[in-house]
Amino acid sequence: MTASRTNTRIREFRLPDLGEGLTESEIVQWHVAEGDTVELNQIIADVETAKAVVELPSPYAGVVVRLHEAAGTVVDVGAPIVSFEVAAGPDDAVPVPASVPDEPVPAEPAPARREPNLVGYGAAVEKGGRPQRRGRSLPAANAPQPAAVLQPAAAPQPRERPRSTPPVRKLARDLGITLDTLTGTGPGALITRADVLAALAGTPSSTAEPASPGPRPRAVRSSTGEIRTPIRGMRKHTAAAMVASAFSAPHATEFLTIDVTPTMELLAELKAGRAFEGTRVTPLTVVSKAVCIAIARNPILNSSWDEQAQEIVQYADVNLGIAAATPRGLLVPNIKAAQSLTLKDLAQALGALTETARAGRTPPTDLAGGTISITNIGVFGIDAGTPILNPGEAAILAMGAVRSTPWEYRGEIALRSVMTLSLSFDHRLVDGEQGSRFLADVGTILRNPAMVLTMV
Amino acid sequence: MAQDGTRPGPGSTGGNDDAGPASGTVLPGPAHAGADDLVQLIDHHGVRHPHGHYDALVADVDGAALQRLYEDMVVVRRIDAEATALQRQGELALWPPLLGQEAAQIGSGRALRSDDFVFSSYRENAVAYCRGVDLADILRVWRGNASSGWDPYTINMATPQVIIGAQTLHATGYAMGIVNDGADSVAVAYFGDGATSQGDVNEAMVFAASYQAPVIFFCQNNHWAISEPVGLQAHVPIARRAPGFGIPSVRVDGNDVLACLAVTREALARARSGGGPTFIEAVTYRMGPHTTADDPTRYRDANELEDWAARDPLARLATLLDSLGLLDAGYTDSVKARADAVAAELREGCLSMPEPAPSDVFKHVYSTPNSWLDRQQDHYERYLASFAQAPQEGPR
Repeated sequence: MTASRTNTRIREFRLPDLGEGLTESEIVQWHVAEGDTVELNQIIADVETAKAVVELPSPYAGVVVRLHEAAGTVVDVGAPIVSFEVAAGPDDAVPVPASVPDEPVPAEPAPARREPNLVGYGAAVEKGGRPQRRGRSLPAANAPQPAAVLQPAAAPQPRERPRSTPPVRKLARDLGITLDTLTGTGPGALITRADVLAALAGTPSSTAEPASPGPRPRAVRSSTGEIRTPIRGMRKHTAAAMVASAFSAPHATEFLTIDVTPTMELLAELKAGRAFEGTRVTPLTVVSKAVCIAIARNPILNSSWDEQAQEIVQYADVNLGIAAATPRGLLVPNIKAAQSLTLKDLAQALGALTETARAGRTPPTDLAGGTISITNIGVFGIDAGTPILNPGEAAILAMGAVRSTPWEYRGEIALRSVMTLSLSFDHRLVDGEQGSRFLADVGTILRNPAMVLTMV
Repeated sequence: MAQDGTRPGPGSTGGNDDAGPASGTVLPGPAHAGADDLVQLIDHHGVRHPHGHYDALVADVDGAALQRLYEDMVVVRRIDAEATALQRQGELALWPPLLGQEAAQIGSGRALRSDDFVFSSYRENAVAYCRGVDLADILRVWRGNASSGWDPYTINMATPQVIIGAQTLHATGYAMGIVNDGADSVAVAYFGDGATSQGDVNEAMVFAASYQAPVIFFCQNNHWAISEPVGLQAHVPIARRAPGFGIPSVRVDGNDVLACLAVTREALARARSGGGPTFIEAVTYRMGPHTTADDPTRYRDANELEDWAARDPLARLATLLDSLGLLDAGYTDSVKARADAVAAELREGCLSMPEPAPSDVFKHVYSTPNSWLDRQQDHYERYLASFAQAPQEGPR
């Protein structure tokens, strides 16, 4: 265009959002050079967005006076890419301060910066003149606080939600992992499924090295010596699960103290024999087996209260949960269809499960779908307690420490191996009679493993 | 309609009808249950084929009328190109191009009476043009300046429905209302091949048939539901589904503006005379992307686009006009001038569109005053006013 030099003005073209919610694009190729005269809608460049390569038509008829970015450059949406010298249109007759000749007259091509949250930008950055939130008009604040004036950038910026995908968010929520604590390894720091699973398994950064900026909540010791730890991650999840369980399922707990000497003798025999060589058999092994056998006789203990459906769900399989202290906190992985396992298989499954849990490598599938749980508080030297149900389950059995105790034996007092079992059950669906029969069955087996012959 | 459909002998299937002008004779076609045959009056070589049934419906379309149809198509293609450019220039957030579908939209749109009512998807900007929409109103929503482009009752066309297929229910409901009013107008629903997989469209067809509502289901089969080919939506011609609902259907060459005009007129006549709904499958092709945010080269074969470019709706009509001696320089110049003027008007309307005020969000929520909303608006305005009073250092 050959408008007279005196009657022209400079217009800047800023890179628009060429897709829906893009924040940047790459200039693949310029089709014009500085000094070229272009028509309106003449293709001036090829631009590649995350979605497509598109042609950029010139928004003005005029002369290209400056290409702000070279081909191959990735440009933020809103950044100027071309300046045109165009004939002054009728708009320009309106008094415009001559000192701002390069201000584009058409509506802002794009806000200067957008939050990179793709669909839905949130509010665009105000173009100035208006505050983003209500200014405080306290009379005392009239004297400007130097610190506040000197540090305008210190205004707290709303934290962006960690980038991830809905299925991964759900996984993290289900596992009680807060995405804020993770560092994404996907494209654009996207938090992937693998990141969440790695965090759960405690790798790579949740192990106890103090230098690691891992996802463990950071505790802060105050001047008075109290330690304040943010509630998040596994602790938060555990707390929520405990509260949900304790205040939705009315717990009843029963205790049974028994002489488990025959069980201990059986274990000693198994350890000595060839059949179980290499397999670790413990009181937990026998208790687990006893629970499976007792469930077959009292199936209501292996069930769940479905509040939403108003149904009681009785499970076919015993997915036996074992409470385990892990580096990340309490986990209750379960052994699927434990009732179908032989004692040896069960022993091996228990060994693998606890080892995996202690190493922090429990896969999510092991954490889901449990139907009844055992917690072995005996390993801490504790006798009895009131265990809280694993949410959704109808019963949990706590096994206490096996102690050498003076006990009535064949009409006399003898030192026997004695253990206390504590059974909590959901009293909505398990009556005292059913709970008692179940606990008595478990006790019967531990008291005399041979009694299994009468029970299966 | 299939039962009425008669067509030239050769080439009885698909849109690839290569029949030359030679045959000339019109053979009575057999009655079909399937409606697979494509009604075509102007083939892709620009040759006008006589048609035993549909010729009568376009007997009034003389050379001047053909020229007007051509001008319409050139203008809407230009509107589409200008809007696409405006999006690339950052003036529109998004634009759904109709490139390639001009004949289907102009042919059907020009068949309508002003008291008919259109319920469209977001791609029927050529239909809106036929309805006399203010050009800037087409862009208003895409510029993000309003939630809705126009007052539907001024042009008897609802604002574009973005929910796929939902407008078919609106059209059927409106058509049931027409019957209650004792009027003889018709509701026309425009949708695509992908929409036929939606429950809404199927429900609308059930109700339209049950109530024998004066509604036309105008399906532009443009072969792509974003990135899904039409073969995923239907293993048989889409038009074949309608008879299952008790709705007569017809397949028409959607790139033949005259045939689209003819079949729409027939459907309108049926609806006005109490004959109930009609399903029209206009077989066309979306030559551009789904929207300006889409890259069709990622999912479709370039050869396919080439095949369809050879069946371009504008090119074939231009050839026909030329063969009739109706494409002289004076005419083409006037068409170009008209298209340029419309494009300039569109651009000007877009760039000069006033920004909405913050309180505009409260407009058009209720048709009558609502004290609860008024109170919200009052609060919001006072909130905004508080910024003006804020101390100077407030804004960052």
